Amino acid sequence: MSLCLEARQLACERDGRWLFEGLDLTVRSGEILRIEGPNGSGKTTLLKILAGQLGEYEGELYWNSTPLRKAREQFLANLLYLGHSPGVKAGLSPLENLAWYQALNGDKGSEEQRLEALAKVGLNGFEDVVAGQLSAGQQRRVALARLTLTRRALWVLDEPFTAIDRQGVTALEAQLAAHVQAGGCVLLTTHHALAVTSTVRCVQLG
Amino acid sequence: MSLQRTKAAPAVVIVEAPAQGSLWIAFKATLERDLTLMLRRRGELLNPLVFFALVVTLFPIGISPDPDMLALIAPGLLWVAALLAALLSLDSLFRTDYDDGSLEQLLLAPQPLAILSLAKVVAHWLFTGLPLALMAPLLGIMLALPAGSYAILSLSLAIGSASLSLIGAIGAALTVGIARGGVLLSLLILPLYIPVLIFGVGAVQAALLGEGVAAHLAMLGALLAASLLLAPWAIAASLRISING
Amino acid sequence: MWTFIHKWGSPKWFYSMSGKLQPWFWTVSLLLIAVGTLWGLAFAPADYQQGNSFRIIYVHVPAAFLAQSIFVSMAAAALVFMVWKIKIADMAATVMAPLGAVMTFVALFSGAVWGVPTWGTWWMWDARLTSMLILLFLFLGVIALRSAFTSRDSGSRAASVLAMVGVINIPIIKYSVDWWFTLHQPATFRVTSSPSMPTEMWLPLLIMVLGFYCFFIALTLMRTRSEILRREANKRWVMDLMKEAH
Repeated sequence: MSLCLEARQLACERDGRWLFEGLDLTVRSGEILRIEGPNGSGKTTLLKILAGQLGEYEGELYWNSTPLRKAREQFLANLLYLGHSPGVKAGLSPLENLAWYQALNGDKGSEEQRLEALAKVGLNGFEDVVAGQLSAGQQRRVALARLTLTRRALWVLDEPFTAIDRQGVTALEAQLAAHVQAGGCVLLTTHHALAVTSTVRCVQLG
Repeated sequence: MSLQRTKAAPAVVIVEAPAQGSLWIAFKATLERDLTLMLRRRGELLNPLVFFALVVTLFPIGISPDPDMLALIAPGLLWVAALLAALLSLDSLFRTDYDDGSLEQLLLAPQPLAILSLAKVVAHWLFTGLPLALMAPLLGIMLALPAGSYAILSLSLAIGSASLSLIGAIGAALTVGIARGGVLLSLLILPLYIPVLIFGVGAVQAALLGEGVAAHLAMLGALLAASLLLAPWAIAASLRISING
Repeated sequence: MWTFIHKWGSPKWFYSMSGKLQPWFWTVSLLLIAVGTLWGLAFAPADYQQGNSFRIIYVHVPAAFLAQSIFVSMAAAALVFMVWKIKIADMAATVMAPLGAVMTFVALFSGAVWGVPTWGTWWMWDARLTSMLILLFLFLGVIALRSAFTSRDSGSRAASVLAMVGVINIPIIKYSVDWWFTLHQPATFRVTSSPSMPTEMWLPLLIMVLGFYCFFIALTLMRTRSEILRREANKRWVMDLMKEAH
């Protein structure tokens, strides 16, 4: 089964200023699409629009050739978005954080799944520590654990390599490559040079 | 410590829609999450209650310690103080979620945002409105509130504060993206609290006069039903606006 | 119908059309207000109870009517903006809020002045005055919320939601305040029911109300025009317009 997210003549105006206009892009199964551009060129805004978070745009978005406005629920059920902030509650342990994210998708999940996902991002022994006591990089890893925990086809990642050490970066790159090989697709922004074997397409903004 | 290589990832599956019954799971998990978070910061949980007691203490000092005078103003005073205490705690309703990015994730859940934000409001009411309602009779004694109205005081506050939480959450959602939105929040929300205040105090006063309280309570119930029906959608719309700064 | 809405939704078209309509509304409103004032102050009979002091009704009632109508029209504009994303509606809502606040203040002030001969005090917690005061707070809230956002677009949307929430609450607030105020008098003047005042008293009032409405429309058109210029300052047609003017 393949998937396809397509934007036609996408444009976004904020406070009387056009961030981008007439943007066409398509991302399919097995592809990594990287959005590039200088600071303030609207990369995050574009990602938010493509993740269905921002509804204020002109042009049309299609999810598997259905307009996104009509297929919103189905689209969201296949989406995993990681933004600038990791979305990890400081007052909850990594395990509890992941449990909430699973439940948010309507899946109760199991403790083993969560432990395994945390082990995969190298957080063994931190499962029950309150996330507020973890470092920024470790909190980031809790968020990244969702990539393995929740199987979603479309990943939209805003600067996923922020605050992660070199080994973590290598592992995440491998994970991205494995995801597209398995038929998923990835949309991302990063200032980091991607060392991924699979094809990476670029969209230039600004 | 390293992220392990993903070996032979299983093929990616595209789902048609969220599974059945998933909304209830998400609602319950969000409610439980908020309750857990509140329980872990018990100090903050007590703040509205202490504030309530403090405001009530100011009045005998500021006006008169005369029990007859206090008994006269007690219903309104207790209601106004409880209302302000509930308002005080509203600013933080979405604030931490906004700061750590989990609000963004809540918006992108494949479930109706209105229902999920309702879970947060329910948690807020359980740990603010309800305790305030239960504590009110205690302060009523201190204000020489005549016997026979204590049950109605608690009941009216319990029903009324649920409306207050719902209406207030709209304001909290509208101001969550604004750096110091606390004062603005009260400015937006207090005028909308007036009907709840009128019928809430009305119920207690009617109980004091020995009149029927059913009409007042029915009005409070109607206000609650209306807020329950409409507020979640306004909260969801407001959150979507606020998330984009 | 759709082309009509889209035409009016275009700032350029609105600008030129409102420019043509504006003088008419100004003329009619000034005429009506002049006639109403003269009739109301000089020719209408004095009230048998309140004497001449009742004449303040010719400012108080139109202002109070208008203030409430402004909130409703502001919320209607907000709805149009939110549903059809028509920016001109938001510009109109933006300029209506301060107008409404001023009108509410006029109603409150004239009510207070009226209170001196009637009640012997500047302020009474009378049902109508209390509702007016709450309406003033609602207007101030909408204005404050709009200006609190750094992004104008978000401010517009937030203010629109608040205006809609407010308009749902206005009847509830009015009803509950009336309920609270047990000694309230019935509203002075209803369009639907026959007025209790003699014709020579309420006819000038009706003229004043109409005059105030026309005045509001004229002022809204004028202020929306300047709001258009402000927001579209970097658009081609506005630049051309400015060149012509110089």
